[in-house]
Amino acid sequence: MNGLTPGFADPVPDAQACFRALLEAMARPGRVERLAALPEAPAPLAPAAAAVLLTLADAETPVWTDAGPVAEDWLRFHAGCPLVAEPGLAGFLLATGGLPALAALEAGTEEEPHRSATLIVQVAGLELGGGWRLTGPGIEREHRLQVEGLPRGFLADWAANGARFPRGIDLVLCAGNRLAALPRTTRIEEAG
Amino acid sequence: MTALGYNFGYLDENTKRMIRRALLKAVAVPGHQVPFGAREMPLPYGWGTGGIAVTASVIGAGDRLKVIDQGADDTTNAVSIRHFFAKVTGVGTTERTGEATIIQTRHRIPETRLREGQILVYQVPMPEPLFRLEPRVAETKRMHALADYGLMHVKLYEDIARHGHVAISYNYPVLVGGRYLMSPSPIPAFDNPKMDRMPALQLFGAGREKRIYAVPPYTSVTSLDFEDHPFQPVRADAPCALCGSRESYLDEVVVDDKGGRMFVCSDTDYCATRQTQREAAE
Ligand SMILES: [Zn+2]
Repeated sequence: MNGLTPGFADPVPDAQACFRALLEAMARPGRVERLAALPEAPAPLAPAAAAVLLTLADAETPVWTDAGPVAEDWLRFHAGCPLVAEPGLAGFLLATGGLPALAALEAGTEEEPHRSATLIVQVAGLELGGGWRLTGPGIEREHRLQVEGLPRGFLADWAANGARFPRGIDLVLCAGNRLAALPRTTRIEEAG
Repeated sequence: MTALGYNFGYLDENTKRMIRRALLKAVAVPGHQVPFGAREMPLPYGWGTGGIAVTASVIGAGDRLKVIDQGADDTTNAVSIRHFFAKVTGVGTTERTGEATIIQTRHRIPETRLREGQILVYQVPMPEPLFRLEPRVAETKRMHALADYGLMHVKLYEDIARHGHVAISYNYPVLVGGRYLMSPSPIPAFDNPKMDRMPALQLFGAGREKRIYAVPPYTSVTSLDFEDHPFQPVRADAPCALCGSRESYLDEVVVDDKGGRMFVCSDTDYCATRQTQREAAE
């Protein structure tokens, strides 16, 4: 395992700070949180996406990623998580290139909707304002969020994900040191 | 009471990670009960272990913690929990609702309106709102899956037939986001309307049953009722004897050994703040 870049410099407070940002992001969908304490993750991992996995993944959570063998070694070593080749078997997924088909991911059951996957997506841009109009729990009236780099057709897939509530996956969008979250309850409209 | 197990200190990182994962899913499915792992908590049940587990998984160095029990910061339970966290985290504590970033509570919601940037952590003795009506866990899970809450409506309707009103003054069942029936924990029904579209995040921890649930900010929380019998929060018809408030929830307290009684705010911070303001104004 020599040659791996470090994880969190101070794991206990760094994981706590990252979790609080995630909790805030999930509770207020579309708000952009900035992480101050970041691991030195290898390319192509975005620092925020790597921090999210260090914070949430461990031996009990199978992880799927398309980030390649160096990133997989890094995650295995620092998070201690098993990596799986099949997206449908993962508790956490980290997509750095395209997006796995949302409908193929674990969505939980009607009785246990919490047993659903969380998909972390690295995007090219993440800015407050413009772009999408978000509504739903956690949002007083509406939040606006500009996301760059999601595939065409994402909004239709997201609407289908929301339509099977309480089943469904939850999304964490990461760009650089920033993140925003979209729980399955968030409705998205393209607002010109 | 030093044998309470405070020497166990903070939860280990694996337990926190497990609870954190459960918390995020709880926020994603408002009002749904998420089970968390089987590890034992460092306190006996009845001392707010579920709330403590949630607070311990959320709290960080920059937080200020307030702990209340029945609205008061100075009861044994509240003081113990506050000292516990001061010892194992070193965070600052406060009795002022407005100054706190995390408020752990048993049996009340503060009178002062909570805001964004605050988290309210409820200690929950029994998370399942249907447990008195349906003891089989598999059956209650099925009812939640189908949003089949007819049993609860029948119970409330029978109350109205028998008493002319719903005879529930604490732990009055609510519907979250129009979907999940949820126990608000044993807060007075008077507090239920404060949960509706609250700007703060509400987290609920049940230690014995090992369940976590959540209400995200600005999410609808409605008390179950009927069109011809709308929900009516009740409050003793008196002003607070100490601060004069006619809006706050009151406790009836015995003031002498001759059976003398008076009504005072159950929220000690709210009452003390009002008394100070009144003195300053005079
Ligand atoms: Zn008073």
